[in-house]
Amino acid sequence: MFESVSEKLDAIFKKLKGRGLLKEEDIEHALKEIRLALLEADVNFRVVKDFVERIKVKAVGKEVLESLTPGQQVIKIVNDELCELLGNSNSRINLSPNPPTVIMMVGLQGSGKTTTSAKLAAFFKKEGRRPMLVAADLQRPAAIDQLITLGKQIDVAVYSSRDTKDPVLVTRDSLQRAKIQANDVLIIDTAGRLHIDETLMGELSNVKYAVSPKEIILVADAMTGQDAVNIAKQFNDQIGIDGVILTKMDGDARGGAALSIRAITEKPIKFIGVGEKIEMLEPFYPDRIASRILGMGDMLSFIEQAQKSFEKKDAELLQKRIIEDSFTFDDLKDQLKKIRSMGPLESVLNMIPGFSKMKNVTVDDREFVRTEAIINSMTLRERANHNILNGSRRKRIALGSGTSVADVNRVIKQYIELKKMLKMFKGKKNIKIPKGFPF
Amino acid sequence: MGFFDRLKQGLSKTKQGFIAKVESIFTDRAVDEETLEELEETLILSDIGAAGAAEIVGHLKEMAAKGEIKQSGSVREFLKKEMAAMLGSAKPLVIFGEKPFVILTVGVNGVGKTTTIGKLADRLRNQGHSVMLAAGDTFRAAAIEQLEIWAGRSGAQLVKHQSGSDPSAVVFDAIEAARARGVDVVIIDTAGRLHTKSPLMEELKKVKRVCNKAMQGAPHEVLLVVDATNGQNALRQTQLFNEAVGVTGIALTKLDGTAKGGIVFAIRRDLNIPVKLIGVGEGVDDLQDFVPEDFVRALFE
Repeated sequence: MFESVSEKLDAIFKKLKGRGLLKEEDIEHALKEIRLALLEADVNFRVVKDFVERIKVKAVGKEVLESLTPGQQVIKIVNDELCELLGNSNSRINLSPNPPTVIMMVGLQGSGKTTTSAKLAAFFKKEGRRPMLVAADLQRPAAIDQLITLGKQIDVAVYSSRDTKDPVLVTRDSLQRAKIQANDVLIIDTAGRLHIDETLMGELSNVKYAVSPKEIILVADAMTGQDAVNIAKQFNDQIGIDGVILTKMDGDARGGAALSIRAITEKPIKFIGVGEKIEMLEPFYPDRIASRILGMGDMLSFIEQAQKSFEKKDAELLQKRIIEDSFTFDDLKDQLKKIRSMGPLESVLNMIPGFSKMKNVTVDDREFVRTEAIINSMTLRERANHNILNGSRRKRIALGSGTSVADVNRVIKQYIELKKMLKMFKGKKNIKIPKGFPF
Repeated sequence: MGFFDRLKQGLSKTKQGFIAKVESIFTDRAVDEETLEELEETLILSDIGAAGAAEIVGHLKEMAAKGEIKQSGSVREFLKKEMAAMLGSAKPLVIFGEKPFVILTVGVNGVGKTTTIGKLADRLRNQGHSVMLAAGDTFRAAAIEQLEIWAGRSGAQLVKHQSGSDPSAVVFDAIEAARARGVDVVIIDTAGRLHTKSPLMEELKKVKRVCNKAMQGAPHEVLLVVDATNGQNALRQTQLFNEAVGVTGIALTKLDGTAKGGIVFAIRRDLNIPVKLIGVGEGVDDLQDFVPEDFVRALFE
């Protein structure tokens, strides 16, 4: 559907390289694409406009003109700027010197406050603290039940009261209870509300004044569009927020809302929600989101996720193979098995920069089974050296695996592509792609 | 002035909102570059998307070059016509045919599926239909309880299994029960799921297959609930849900905020799926039929 930015920038990059020196009109051309990319990623129009201006000022200087690879330089400036705007380091939740630390969760309906509250509680529990959840969403039917159920799942106390419709009362009481029970973190799940609903926003301020939270966290949906600035601005102006948690980052939304919210509030994004499971809350890394907004993949997340699934020993072996360029079909089979244990293939692969370039790599999970069968039908020699795979060998493999020669050809082609891609990592220390540039 | 300050200044300008913006464009000045730029901005801010906005502005430019639009007054008329045409004619949700009429409700997490179902049940009850709700969201904590409360409020029947059970089984039972009891409409709630999670989308396909097994031709309506606050990703959502279960209509929720839901233009253009219902508030009767002309008029007046 949408061509990824990296592809577009690649195209421009090639063109710029071909022409040698970079002219102002070339920058204009690149910036046009970057503007489009940011808009497609749902970054707010105004934010984009100012951002592009800023880039232009930086790019139309000697820095770029004297650079050997001008296109690369432009993209680097864009990425650096993006990282800077998103906040350069990952920021944690501040704890109060006098416990309990009160954390208040606010946001629109459906942004994921209740789930995120529970995730946060689980996070603190894992850190050895004694969190307590407060069911202060007295609007949505069964919101209290939802929090109680989640509390049971993670074995965290939930304070709730069904006798009142007044969240101020509930939160005030919960603070007392937390003090008595020596809970050191109190997480208040408030009802979702529209930022223009004055009555409910007033109620939220009342809750705030009743318990003076150490941190007020805006929970925002990563899929939010242009309206993200209005939402963030209203919550920040009327309630005052200390940080943001971006939810539903496990989808394919590019997450431009992160930049919009950050630009309008200047408040840090503290965590991102990356799945329905309770432990799926991750720290926010600006550089990763920057690449994602630009559509350049999320290599670091990929590596981290991979590390969870791959044994360290295996990873070292893989790295060795990559460096030695001796990645065989057997290794491929091995890796496929491990990748399968990492989760849905498409989301895993989309984290790899440059993946979108490999159009012929299918992402159907069932393909794995077929690929495995094909590799199993190869002789050991064939697995180690794909160059000997001539027509008759391919035909035999197809017969043996119950597939067609076309399937076999496809697997071989994919293997060669993968080998090529792995070569890109060669010579790079720690397989870390600098600032998200796959070239 | 720093980046943030400049930005804030700019944003306070946009704060007046879409309608005021468009009004200010439609003063009596001629159609110049500035007018077109402002128009593009207004369109993009409504989540129409950069491509959609460029298309409309491009067309407008052509018309202006031909001399068919001279002043901004005619721009307004042109746009209304152009954009209403993009949305096609109104296609309300119609209950018809053999009983029960089965509505499968799907969507990503947090768009307002259960609330929409509650409101829809109430509306159908008021129109004199008997309604049964199927608690197919067996995943999210307390989703069944939430639907139960809505069933109570609207006077609909409810078929539920335990939390964590197979949603397909719930759906099968609900359709069987509805048929046995002569219920007019079955509305199926499903767990919110991101369109990128293939195992969950497979589960949804199964729910649909089971519908058809329980009753040939069911579901008669596959309603995708879309959050108007969502940006361009809503198009991806629609695309992938459509590929999986064949979406027949959109319910656009949360239009009572400041979001404009402009993405429905792209959804209509690329996938030809009509918006059937809109949610404009938290009240039971804040679910309305989608009328393209009204939707467009609301953008420009």
